[in-house]
Amino acid sequence: MDRRKERIDRGVKARSVDIFALTSYREMIYLLIPGAVPVVGLLCFTPLLSDYWREVIISTAIYALLAMSWDMLMSAGLLSLGQSLFFGIGSYLAGSLNYYAGLPPILTLPIATLLGGVICTVFLLPVLRLRGVYFAMVTLVLPLMLSRLVEATRILGGTEGLTGLTSFPNQLTALFIIELALLGVLFGFRRIMGSDYGLVIKGISDNDRSVMSAGLNIYWYKTQVLFLGSSVGCFAGAFGTHMDMFAGMPGFALDYSIMPVAAAVVGGTGTFAGPLIGAFILVPLSEMLRALGALRIVFYGLFLVIFVVGLPEGIFAYIQRKYQQIERWVDVS
Amino acid sequence: MLLGTLIYGFVNSAILALLAMGFNLTFGISGVANFAYGAVYIFSGFSVWIFLNTFGIPYLLAVLIAIVLSGLLGLAIYYGVILRIKGMPLSEVMATFGLGLAIMELFRYFDFVGFRYTLPVFFDGSFNIGDVYIDYQRMMIGLIAVALTICLYLFTNHTRTGLAFRAIAQDERTALTFGIDADLVGALSMALGCALAAIAAVVILPLGTIAVEGGYEVLINALAVCIVGGLGSTVGILVASVLIGFSQTFTANYLEPHWMMLVSLIAIAIVLVVKPSGLFSHQKELEERI
Repeated sequence: MDRRKERIDRGVKARSVDIFALTSYREMIYLLIPGAVPVVGLLCFTPLLSDYWREVIISTAIYALLAMSWDMLMSAGLLSLGQSLFFGIGSYLAGSLNYYAGLPPILTLPIATLLGGVICTVFLLPVLRLRGVYFAMVTLVLPLMLSRLVEATRILGGTEGLTGLTSFPNQLTALFIIELALLGVLFGFRRIMGSDYGLVIKGISDNDRSVMSAGLNIYWYKTQVLFLGSSVGCFAGAFGTHMDMFAGMPGFALDYSIMPVAAAVVGGTGTFAGPLIGAFILVPLSEMLRALGALRIVFYGLFLVIFVVGLPEGIFAYIQRKYQQIERWVDVS
Repeated sequence: MLLGTLIYGFVNSAILALLAMGFNLTFGISGVANFAYGAVYIFSGFSVWIFLNTFGIPYLLAVLIAIVLSGLLGLAIYYGVILRIKGMPLSEVMATFGLGLAIMELFRYFDFVGFRYTLPVFFDGSFNIGDVYIDYQRMMIGLIAVALTICLYLFTNHTRTGLAFRAIAQDERTALTFGIDADLVGALSMALGCALAAIAAVVILPLGTIAVEGGYEVLINALAVCIVGGLGSTVGILVASVLIGFSQTFTANYLEPHWMMLVSLIAIAIVLVVKPSGLFSHQKELEERI
């Protein structure tokens, strides 16, 4: 063993988004490529796919939104095992606005997003004082209980659900709406977490005591994060409802809880691009394995375990390292 | 009516206490929230069924093997998964949750769904108290819950292993200086928690069918009881299961059975607002929860 692998960071200044980036085209291209890949890939490449695969991309994007919403909560140290709560509430809000009031999707989507965010935040407000494991427990219980509530009281269509909702004019419109939302959330969340505000949020998850002792109200910050995360989840729900033309108890299904967590962990938590990559790996994969039926959830579960134990940093961190470092073998004998 | 409600409320409380006991034991000692708990519960139910119906092993033996198997499963989960991510509670939760899902959905995949998956009762028959009809199995559940509570109390207070358990739970560093192996104790607590889940399963499951959904329900009930009672507190578990058990039965009898499931949710919400650490949890309140 007289060789070792040397890893050298590329110029730090070139990577910081700053005036130094403008020194040469190479630096600019180097900075722009990572951002351009999802934009070009989603907006230019996906419309060329067949109808079936466009449908797959749409459902992938829904899961990716949920995964990014999960990642936002996780950034503040709030582990949610019940993303389906957000999905379900968004879907029921959009569904009932469309079903009872006859509003078109162009109105129900924003209303369900904002109102859903407010409802979920108020709903989880008493739990927000809890952290870690306890928050996870309550979020796991809530969606299951809510679906029971719908079943027991037979409100909002009961077990039948609300059917015959308005759909989008055509598939391409739907595709572009969800992709723009996806990109907006991706870059928006990354920007938020890159700012000073994001530093406070990360601080809450790392050591909330020290954030408190800095004189910041962590509950207020957590409330804001919860609103951000849950409104994105509600948007995914509202969109999914109009896509399926149906709002019902499956909105609270376990799929919508476990899948985003698995996607975020596989891709790499705290990066937002990671959950996106994770969703774009797992959902098409499970679509190809559709014949396996219930085994899909088994795969999600196992993926989750394997990545949590074996590769906790996720795929995105690996790619990022490869992109930002020069690796070479050096002689040490 | 009232007498019946009281008796069935007691049985319901005993069921809840049995369900929560294993989860609480593991969490109280090693601090691992075992989200695969519901999966272990139905795993033992199905394994008893398989031993009985596929291999034709006598009932009592099948039950014993299933309990031991569940304990071994707990050991395997601890050494295979949890030990590698110990000290990162959120990773522990995610890993055990994923593992639990995988186990439960695997049973669904192999078509363990339907009414034929039932376990026989221990003693057939029933008797009346006043004009209330109650079967022996439900009586048994109450007795076993009481007996297990006493056994656990004796175990944790009067055996060397039990004392080591409590030492780790109270102060891990000090316990380490006394030569107590924290990993071993953690593994044993996990195994014991899973074995308790198996005992709960073989006692409770004869009342109905073994279903995959039951696993989720068990996990939720255990969580509800533990949150209300205060995780890691045995007295809290007993009081919380009596509170939730009786209020569930009263709701089912005097209001409508539909509302029964909401009782635990409302109990959780009230406890979280009034006393976030749970009714009987006095230690580590500040550090752990808020």
